[in-house]
Amino acid sequence: MELSGAEIIMQFLKDEGVEIIFGYPGGAVLHIYDALYKQNYIRHILVRHEQGATHMADGYARATGKPGVVLVTSGPGATNAVTGIATAYMDSIPMVVITGQVPTNAIGSDAFQEVDCIGITRPCVKHNFLVKDVHDLAVTLKKAFYVATTGRPGPVVVDVPKDVTHPDIKIPYEYPRDITMRSYSPVTRGHSGQIRKAIDLLLGAKRPMIYTGGGVVLDDAAEELRTLTQHLGFPITNTLMGLGGYPATDRLFVGMLGMHGTYEANMAMHNCDVLLAIGARFDDRVVGDVKKFCPGAKIIHIDIDPASIAKTVKVQVPIVGSVRSVLRDMNAMLAESSREPDRAAVEQWWRQIREWQSIECLRYDRTGPRIKPQYVVQKLYEVTGGDAYIASDVGQHQMWAAQFYPFDKPRRWINSGGLGTMGFGLPAAMGVQFAHPDATVACVTGEGSIVMCIQELATAKQYGLPIKVVNLNNGYLGMVRQWQEFMYESRESHSYLDSLPDFAKLTESFGHVGVRVEKPEDVEGALRDAFAMRDRLVFLDVITDPTENVYPMMMSGKGQNEMLLSALCRDRELA
Amino acid sequence: MRHIISMLLENEPGALSRVAGLFSARGYNIESLTVAPTEDATVSRMTLVTSGSGEIIEQITKQLNKLVDVVKLLDITESSHVEREIMLVKVRATGDSRDEVKRLCDIFRAHVLDVTATSYIIEVTGTGEKLDAFLDVLDRRIILEVVRSGALGIGRGEKALRV
Repeated sequence: MELSGAEIIMQFLKDEGVEIIFGYPGGAVLHIYDALYKQNYIRHILVRHEQGATHMADGYARATGKPGVVLVTSGPGATNAVTGIATAYMDSIPMVVITGQVPTNAIGSDAFQEVDCIGITRPCVKHNFLVKDVHDLAVTLKKAFYVATTGRPGPVVVDVPKDVTHPDIKIPYEYPRDITMRSYSPVTRGHSGQIRKAIDLLLGAKRPMIYTGGGVVLDDAAEELRTLTQHLGFPITNTLMGLGGYPATDRLFVGMLGMHGTYEANMAMHNCDVLLAIGARFDDRVVGDVKKFCPGAKIIHIDIDPASIAKTVKVQVPIVGSVRSVLRDMNAMLAESSREPDRAAVEQWWRQIREWQSIECLRYDRTGPRIKPQYVVQKLYEVTGGDAYIASDVGQHQMWAAQFYPFDKPRRWINSGGLGTMGFGLPAAMGVQFAHPDATVACVTGEGSIVMCIQELATAKQYGLPIKVVNLNNGYLGMVRQWQEFMYESRESHSYLDSLPDFAKLTESFGHVGVRVEKPEDVEGALRDAFAMRDRLVFLDVITDPTENVYPMMMSGKGQNEMLLSALCRDRELA
Repeated sequence: MRHIISMLLENEPGALSRVAGLFSARGYNIESLTVAPTEDATVSRMTLVTSGSGEIIEQITKQLNKLVDVVKLLDITESSHVEREIMLVKVRATGDSRDEVKRLCDIFRAHVLDVTATSYIIEVTGTGEKLDAFLDVLDRRIILEVVRSGALGIGRGEKALRV
C-alpha cells in the first residue's frame, strides 16, 4: 500500500484502534486535514481552542484508559496545546499529540507559525519526536503510542513538518504491529522478595493504613485493591487523584487525605505504624511538612515509576512494578499464607479512628438564606444516584466535589490534580461524554474556572453533548480568597470577580439551556429538571455563599495531625 | 559528594538538551558535561559530573534513566574507576618565566603544544585535582586562557558500559 505521510497518519490511527481525535486545523496540518476529509473511520472533533482539544482528549483518556489523541497546527496551535499537555503530564494521562510543523527546510528560519515545539514541550511530555522523514513516520507514531500508554503513562508529542505529509510523496506503508525500544523497557512485575517483606510488615501491623493514588485508577487495579483491603480489614484513604480507586461508601474508607482531606484520614496517616502506599507519589498537598510526615511508620511503596519512590519520603520497602500485578501477587501470597493480620490490634485501631470520625469534620452550617456549595454537591450526588462522571475545574468547588460526592467506581472523578488547571472541567467533561455517549456527565465548576475554556460550549453544541454544568458561583476566586482570609488578614487582592456575565443568557446564546439558581430550596428541583433533559446541555448557574471556606484544612508547613477545623467542629476537637 | 555519571544516549538530535533540561528543571548541579560519539555510531557517550547528597544522586540517576533517550547509565564513582580530563593552557612566556613554566610542565608531565616568542600552549592530562594543582602553581598573572574538557571516566576491569 503506497500512502502519503498524511494518509499514513490516518491509516496508522485506524490500525492503532483510534476512533476519535480532537483537533483544530491550520496551515502546517492542511495535508493531514485533507487526508482526514477523505476517510471515514476516524472521527474528528473540531474544538474552539487547542487547549480544549487537549483537555477533551485527556478527559476521554481518564474515562476510558485509552490514549487521547490530539491534532493541532504549528506555532500557536502547539503553544495553545501546552497547558493541556502539561496537565496530562502531571497526572500521568496517556495522550498522543500530533503537532504540525513548518517544512523541514524552513525549520529554524523563524518561519510563519514556527515554534520550537520539541523544545517547548520537552519538560512537560513523557517523550517527544520530530519526524523529519516520511519513512520514519509510522514507526515513530507507534513508538509514541507505546511510550504514552506503557509504564507510567503520559503525553507524547509527535511534531510533523508539513513536507513530511505532502500528498505527492507516497511510500509503502505497513502497520508496525510490534515495537521494541532498547532504551525504554518499563518494569511490570514487582520483586517477589520485596512483596513478601511487605506482607510480613502488613501482617504484623498494629495501626496499619492504606494510602492509594491515581496509579490504582490508571492501572485498572480497583478490584485487586478491594480484595486486598477487605482481606486485611485495614482503613484506607485515597488521594485526590485516587478517588474511586476504592469504593467511597465502603466502611473501610476513611475519606480523602491531604490538605482538604478528612480529619480521620490525616490523623490515621500520622499515627499509623505501617503505611502501604499504592500508586501514589507523596505529593506536597498530601504530605504537608515532610519532616512531620508519618513519624512512627514503616512505609511500603508500590509504584511503576522508580523515580517516584523515595523522591520526597524515605521508604522501607520499595516495590517497583505495575500496581495491578503487584496487588495480584500480594493477594495470591495472602491467600496462601496461614498467617492472619493482627485483628485484635486492628480493632483497637479502628476504635481510635471512629473517635476521630465522630468529629464529623465535613459538617457545615446549612442555615441561612444563601445556597451552600457543599449542599449543591450533596444534592448532585442524590440526583445522579452517585453514578455520574464528575469532571471538575480547580478551586474550592473542586475540593467540595471531592469531599461530598463519594465515588464508588474508578474513572468517574475527572480532575486536574497535579497541575491544577483552571479551564479543565468543561472540555474534560466533553471528552468523557464523547467516550460514553449514554452516561450521565456533569462538570462541577466555578465562575472563575468556567470562563477559561467557555468557548467549548460551541463544540458541545455542534456535537450535541448533553453535559450538565454546575457552576458554583460565589463571585470570588474562592480558594484564593480563602487563603487571603487565612494568611493575608483578609486582604482580598484581585480575588473578587467584578462584572461577571449572565451565565444563563451566555449559555443560551451558545444554543444550550441556562438556568440561574438563587435559593437553597430551588437547588434540588433545578438539578432534577436539568438531568431530566437528557438531550440538552444545561448550565446551572448556582449563586452560592461567598464566605464559605473549605474545611478541614492542613495549612502549608503543618503536619497531617495539625488540621484546621471549621468553627462548627472545633468544639468537638479531641485533646 | 562528587559523582561521575556515564551514559549511553541514543544518537538523536535533542538528546543532549533532554539531559541538560532535566538538570535545570529539577535544580541539580552540573559540574561538567562531555558528550561525543563512540565506536557504535548509534549511541553517544556522555560523562556528567555532579554533586549532591546520596538521596539527590539517587533521584538524578532515576530521573536520567527515565529519559527515553538514555540507553544505559552507570554511576562510575560507585566502584573502582579511572578518571581523566584534558586541559589546554595558554600562558605568556617571556624572560625567566619561559624556563620556569617548562620546568613545571616536566613535573606535571605536561606538553608544550605550541610556542611563540611570547607564549606557550600547554596540554595537561589527569584527574581534575591534578589540573587544579597545575593551575595553582602557575603564576596567575601569566595565564592567558584556560580550556578544560570536563572529566571522562571509565570503570576498571572487564565489565563495560555498552549496549
